Amino acid sequence: MFQNLGEMLLLLAATLRAIPRAWRDRRKVADQLFDIGNASLFMACMLSLFIGGVLALQTGPVLVQRGLGSSLGGLVALGMCKELAPVMMAVLIAGRIGSAMAAELGSMRVYQEIDALRTLNIDPVNYLVMPRVLAIAIALPCLVVFANLVGWTGGALVASFNDRISVTWSAFFGNLRSVVEFSDLLNGLIKSFFFAVVIGVVSCHQGLTTLGGPRGIGRSVTKAVVNSLVLILLLDYVLTRLLLPLDNGWRF
Amino acid sequence: MNAPASKPSATGLPVAIRDLRKSFGEQPVLKGVSFDIRAGEVFVLMGPSGSGKSVFLRHLIGLETPDGGEIRIGGELATSEDIGSKFHLAIVFQSGGLLNSLTVAENVGLYLTEHRLKPREEIDRVVTEKLALVKLDPGVGAQFPNELSGGMRKRVAIARALVGDPQLVLFDEPTSELDPLVALTIGREILNLNERTGATCVVVTHDRDLAFGIADRIGFLNAGELVVLGTPAEIRASPHPLLQQFLAADFHPQ
Repeated sequence: MFQNLGEMLLLLAATLRAIPRAWRDRRKVADQLFDIGNASLFMACMLSLFIGGVLALQTGPVLVQRGLGSSLGGLVALGMCKELAPVMMAVLIAGRIGSAMAAELGSMRVYQEIDALRTLNIDPVNYLVMPRVLAIAIALPCLVVFANLVGWTGGALVASFNDRISVTWSAFFGNLRSVVEFSDLLNGLIKSFFFAVVIGVVSCHQGLTTLGGPRGIGRSVTKAVVNSLVLILLLDYVLTRLLLPLDNGWRF
Repeated sequence: MNAPASKPSATGLPVAIRDLRKSFGEQPVLKGVSFDIRAGEVFVLMGPSGSGKSVFLRHLIGLETPDGGEIRIGGELATSEDIGSKFHLAIVFQSGGLLNSLTVAENVGLYLTEHRLKPREEIDRVVTEKLALVKLDPGVGAQFPNELSGGMRKRVAIARALVGDPQLVLFDEPTSELDPLVALTIGREILNLNERTGATCVVVTHDRDLAFGIADRIGFLNAGELVVLGTPAEIRASPHPLLQQFLAADFHPQ
């Protein structure tokens, strides 16, 4: 386990060293971004819409019973932007993109494509890992912004159309604007950036260290997803704790 | 196939292997192998499956680190970081090692594209030229590797290895999974490459016809040890029992 962690840190360091090549390899990064968007945008939309809706449905009636229905917009919005959107989007990307990356690199390793790159004096970290990690690190915060907007809309829809809640659209968003600060959004974006780096590095590491044939690829995919999820949840607590001072930040 | 009678002035690299040792876990795979490969020759390393041939080849290109001993290519340690920038080495993998996400033309031109050695039009010209050298139609360039037959994939891999005019080209089981006619073509391609460029060619195979057809010298590896080394004629004449058993092994239905 510690050897894996050490290897992943070394891979992260090598990836950071390769970042200056990003402009040169912008087409590879753009291709990855397109793949990530294509594979996850619809799922992100559905997931966020229903998470926002369920959050409103769970908390709305309780708040209304206690005469606090007007606070629903802020509660749903804070829940989405500080916790649910970054974590759920990270889970989605780990399952959908991280697994695909581990499978692709694992298959390239098994079928000697990685060795072929090395013999052509092409560093696999520059050629394969950096564009993928960078693309996830750009895509995930963007997805979180998108998930926030869709999730808030889902919450507002449920709040206004559910008979037990009946908080109007304008009251929902009025409360949201008065409660949510820019620092709350930033909180989620910072978290999602770190989650993205974890997913990218863990998935690429699993792919590059695949051994054996198709069974080895399957094992790598499973480990990439499970390890990413565990690290995301651990990191979520640590980052939440570290980002608490941001709560006294700028108003939105 | 016959080995060429005269060679061009060699631009190939000599290789010196000294006491090369490698184990995987408790299993020794190479047990102190020592020999020289001369600049510009076609050297065939022959031996039964599991004798350590492919592991030896991976050491030559720096994909494995030896437990003991050393390999010097053109006087430089094969494990040195900058050997790739000093000399151009190439390998044709058993599976071809083509990148399936790239077209054939992108695969062949990958070395030039990634190292930005030539402008786009020049790379296209080199790709067409190298495909022609291995007798592939330029139209194949637009196809993806998984759309090609095994023989065509091997030839594309050879074309990719030829880009950048390598001084040492390694072939890992170049005729495995190929029918005898395609195997013959691949053997000819290796000889053509060696004749035309003078590059040192190291071929690892258990295909006896290929080995005796193209080799200047043959080494016979068994259980991680080099047991015989010599010209094809010397190898045929060797009394070594393992080698004779290997050469005489033919299927005779009862």
